[in-house]
Amino acid sequence: MREDAEELLARVEAVYRADSRRVLATLIRLLGDFDLAEEALHEAFAAALERWPREGLPANPRAWLVSTGRFKAIDTFRRRARFDASVAALAERFAGAASEIEEPDERAAHAADSVEDDRLRLLFTCCHPALPPDAQVALTLREVAGLTTEEIARAFLTRPSTLAQRIVRAKAKIRDERIPYQVPSRDELPDRLGAVLQVLYLVFNEGYSASSGEALTRADLSGEAIRLGRLLAELLPEPEALGLLGLMLLQESRRAARTSPEGELVLLDDQDRALWNREQIAEGAALVERALRSRRFGPYTLQGAIAAVHAEAPSAAATDWAQIVGLHNVLAPVARSPVVELDRAVAVALRDGPAAGLALVDAILARGDLRDYHLAHAARADLLRRLGRTAEARAAYERALSLARQEPERRFLARRLAALE
Amino acid sequence: MKYLCLAYGDEEKFNAMSKSQLDELMAKIMVYDEELQRSGHLVSGMSLGWSATTLRLASGKLAITDGPFTATKEVVGGLVIIEARDLNEAIQVASLHPAARIGEDLGWGVEVRPIEENPPCKPQPADRG
Repeated sequence: MREDAEELLARVEAVYRADSRRVLATLIRLLGDFDLAEEALHEAFAAALERWPREGLPANPRAWLVSTGRFKAIDTFRRRARFDASVAALAERFAGAASEIEEPDERAAHAADSVEDDRLRLLFTCCHPALPPDAQVALTLREVAGLTTEEIARAFLTRPSTLAQRIVRAKAKIRDERIPYQVPSRDELPDRLGAVLQVLYLVFNEGYSASSGEALTRADLSGEAIRLGRLLAELLPEPEALGLLGLMLLQESRRAARTSPEGELVLLDDQDRALWNREQIAEGAALVERALRSRRFGPYTLQGAIAAVHAEAPSAAATDWAQIVGLHNVLAPVARSPVVELDRAVAVALRDGPAAGLALVDAILARGDLRDYHLAHAARADLLRRLGRTAEARAAYERALSLARQEPERRFLARRLAALE
Repeated sequence: MKYLCLAYGDEEKFNAMSKSQLDELMAKIMVYDEELQRSGHLVSGMSLGWSATTLRLASGKLAITDGPFTATKEVVGGLVIIEARDLNEAIQVASLHPAARIGEDLGWGVEVRPIEENPPCKPQPADRG
């Protein structure tokens, strides 16, 4: 009997780990308020801890938690209503809606089916363009991924109090300006999906190449971005959602090879390709192919296609540079990003020689777009080095070094600079 | 829920338009204005004159100055009050405003603000009309 109870406690914990964010998403939809839903979620799990060991595991734990959480919220309202008449009507409204849906069992099962849709709705709410971009990222990681405020603050090197304030403001805006909890209609979808994809890619990149600090990568953030990308691709298999998931998997496949055992940066050319994760490459390439076949693809799919060409090359020398330049030629006008143009210049250098690449890099820098971007100067330095223009290469490496903020990158640039002597 | 849509514009750029350009713009504005009227969400709307006078307390005395409250090139040139279910619907309705549709080079744009009908931070009965 005791063992049974212990086993059930372990089950509650497992349900919490696997399902608490799903239950929360549904409670937010039903209650229309983030904080109220969070409170209801905790009360529902507290009730589960008390009742499941005694009554046994319910047939559908998720549906049980949703309906318990909702009734707890109604109780809270009723208690408050005794002190404040203004919430009485609200309590009755929720109670009416609850009895309407919760009574028959099949309705409860149906509620469980729509739970995944609720996570998608929540994702679109957290990435609403009316919220500031940094709040979109923080809110998505907090509410959809379930990271704690402290974890997010650590990942983005901000103070927890700053981050908490950002989240509180965003929640207040969602409530006060009535940002709805819904997946956008088909005609709004292209714009709105773009914002969601951007947030996921931002989270992924922060984990893939941290913008500053000691560590080169933060694997946990990339893992979260991929997890959310999978959810999105499953629930909304739009070509660009598939393309982004493919791109993230293809980038992630190189993680083990990107850092030396000493924590130093290893460039693509010098990576041990045996360390690349073949499973991720196969999955990523298949997703990108599926997106390309739709003929409605965009910049993420194209970047994924470029990553797939790299991933499928047996060595750096055997890479199909002509195909990579070709893909870049399609990508550049769609992406309209100077960073993407820089990547194209590097590919052109590998196809046509360093002089051709240098002319393109110089043209980008002359426009002023990437003047303060360390990787632009690092790329320029590398091309100058290959052309034997050592003095200019040194100046460019020094410029890159003065702009780089991440320690392993700084050490890499310093090594390159020293190797010029 | 009601939202206030403020249409911002750059007076200098409007004044720099030729008569024929202005006529063309006005013809387009009529089309979008009608669309906005037809949407059924319009509560009220009006155009404002460009000139503004600002009153504020300075060192305990009322100071009256020429010009809008914030010193920017773009000032409010029109306002519309709409009724919408939520911010998504408000954005859809506001996107019918000429300032959101035409004249990209006129520094035109629409700001959407929720109108607070109840005191903030306190749950209220939902159906108060």
